Amino acid sequence: MNTLFDKIWDKHVVQIVNDGPTQLYIDRLYCHEVTSPQAFAGLRLRGLQCFRPKQIYCMPDHNTPTHDQDKPIADPISKAQVDTLEKNALDFGLSYYGMMNPRNGIIHVVGPERGLTLPGMTIVCGDSHTSTHGAMGAVAFGIGTSEVEMVLASQCILQTKPKSMRITIDGKLSLGVVAKDMALYLMSKMTTSGATGYFVEYAGEAVRNLSMEGRLTLCNLSIEMGARGGMIAPDETTFAYLKGKEFAPKGDEWEKALAYWKTLKSDKDAVFDKEIVFHAEDIEPMVTYGTNPGMGMGITCHIPLETTVPEAGRYSYMKALEYMGFQPGEQLLGKKIDYVFLGSCTNGRIEDFRAFASLVKGRKKADAVTAWIVPGSWEVDKQIHEEGIDKILESAGFAIRQPGCSACLAMNDDKIPTGKYAVSTSNRNFQGRQGPGSRTLLASPLVAAAAAITGVITDPRTLK
Amino acid sequence: MMKQKFNRLISTCVPLPLENVDTDQIIPARFLKATDKEGFGDNLFRDWRYDKKGNKNTSFVLNDPAYSGSKILLAGKNFGSGSSREHAAWAIAGYGFRAVISSFFADIFRNNALNNFVLPVVVSEPFLAELFASVRNDKKAMVEIDLPHQQITNLTTGNSETFEINDYKKHCLEQGVDDIDFLLSNKDKIEKWEHDNV
Repeated sequence: MNTLFDKIWDKHVVQIVNDGPTQLYIDRLYCHEVTSPQAFAGLRLRGLQCFRPKQIYCMPDHNTPTHDQDKPIADPISKAQVDTLEKNALDFGLSYYGMMNPRNGIIHVVGPERGLTLPGMTIVCGDSHTSTHGAMGAVAFGIGTSEVEMVLASQCILQTKPKSMRITIDGKLSLGVVAKDMALYLMSKMTTSGATGYFVEYAGEAVRNLSMEGRLTLCNLSIEMGARGGMIAPDETTFAYLKGKEFAPKGDEWEKALAYWKTLKSDKDAVFDKEIVFHAEDIEPMVTYGTNPGMGMGITCHIPLETTVPEAGRYSYMKALEYMGFQPGEQLLGKKIDYVFLGSCTNGRIEDFRAFASLVKGRKKADAVTAWIVPGSWEVDKQIHEEGIDKILESAGFAIRQPGCSACLAMNDDKIPTGKYAVSTSNRNFQGRQGPGSRTLLASPLVAAAAAITGVITDPRTLK
Repeated sequence: MMKQKFNRLISTCVPLPLENVDTDQIIPARFLKATDKEGFGDNLFRDWRYDKKGNKNTSFVLNDPAYSGSKILLAGKNFGSGSSREHAAWAIAGYGFRAVISSFFADIFRNNALNNFVLPVVVSEPFLAELFASVRNDKKAMVEIDLPHQQITNLTTGNSETFEINDYKKHCLEQGVDDIDFLLSNKDKIEKWEHDNV
């Protein structure tokens, strides 16, 4: 009567500290350049080596420019941070995939696509979107830098076991509605703190029917409801995706692993601390109107009135709308936008580029729109070219950039200017997230494509 | 970051009555490029604290001299949501805060704060509302946080509440020891787990 989460978590318990947290064994640690340097510095200060270097993979993604990656990074501070990761990986004997390495890309895109992330694993990274990897049936969650140092030093972490929640999404998604809409819909219902303290398992027909890429998008956004992580029981979709991947087990090892992975599901009588059910038919293409990912609505809807917000939150609500330049009761359809960003660990996978291309094919980008089209990894870039998606995008007026986190958090040059509106397939619409003063509307690759072609917020279903 | 022991703290509070303050506001991404932990306090709430030219925004609470030297940040519900960046905790500690009071914290931020010897104190909504009211009436209103007794007191009204913290973390804060010290002391258990499971 165990949940999927219990099965994996419990198996990795080294000990439970008296009146304290659990010491959990970690199978994989991913490191990027932003949240790891102080952890390595801490190790040096204590005179320690990495305890299990073979279980640690490093790659820069946040600072990397999306052009001229064959040249040194122009910004000296960004360059220093990336160089520091490379030196740390070398000094401590860790795998490192630097810029221009065919294995480089956003760490949460690379892990699954290389088969580094496998069902049943415990995975951590100094990055809240580590929840992404839960889509493969792993227990994966974001941690702080002190915790990165713990894992470097001991391959363990001290954590309080979160409560369990199952979110079931019944039924079938309508045409033009994709995994990103599902996630934005959940956030709009759950708020950004509705799942805080919980580890979420996603279930139900609509989740089962998602492709692996769609599942990765859904789990990626778990943290935006406050959840410690999100996961989906591995099934034939997962196994088919993993088979033959570079780091996935091969031959007898594959068969052995497969037999184990097939046991990784919640028992029929498993009890969750909280159960919530939604219906896929209720979801339409979504767009956000505020400054946190929970402030989203169906694209045909009107921005909620101030009076619908609990009194304690009204001041924050109106501050958010003021920042965005929107009014309560307003509809966003037809609103002029300035930028479109396709990419990030949320929507930087091949399926997202296929979806975007399906809508822009035979059409032209609106002149007033600047579009940044950024693959999540070199592997995705390769697929884009193999499938001829590059030709479709180019003839519609879109240029493909080089992989990285890019405008999702604008640590490189890809910054949305002050006051400008960006329809973004990324994960956060926080104030200034995409550059100081930037205004972000989160949406799916289809909504982003519709906006890129028309120059205004457009329901992609009307373009079919 | 120094391992600073935490026992009892009496201080004024800096009020920030906003909900869902995310870590991008606490420390914007463009300040995450450092490879050490120093100086983040200077950029705490950077885009609220300074205008685009780098001038102080006088209407923002951190720029009100009445609160200078305060060791406690008083914040609305769901403080620290979003990114896992520990730089947010470094910025808060670096600025000089030793505790943050709110009715609700995001999980990763709470862990990060504790790992930097900054105490996140969860109080009830009414207690939080009363604290905000006390500080609104008197910027010098004092609060006492008593970690050994897990008790917080609004010294203006005399009202108290107890708060939760697990015994292990409480011990770490009181003694100024961290998780790595603990983990390194039981490597035999880790190796035994590996032997049994890998």
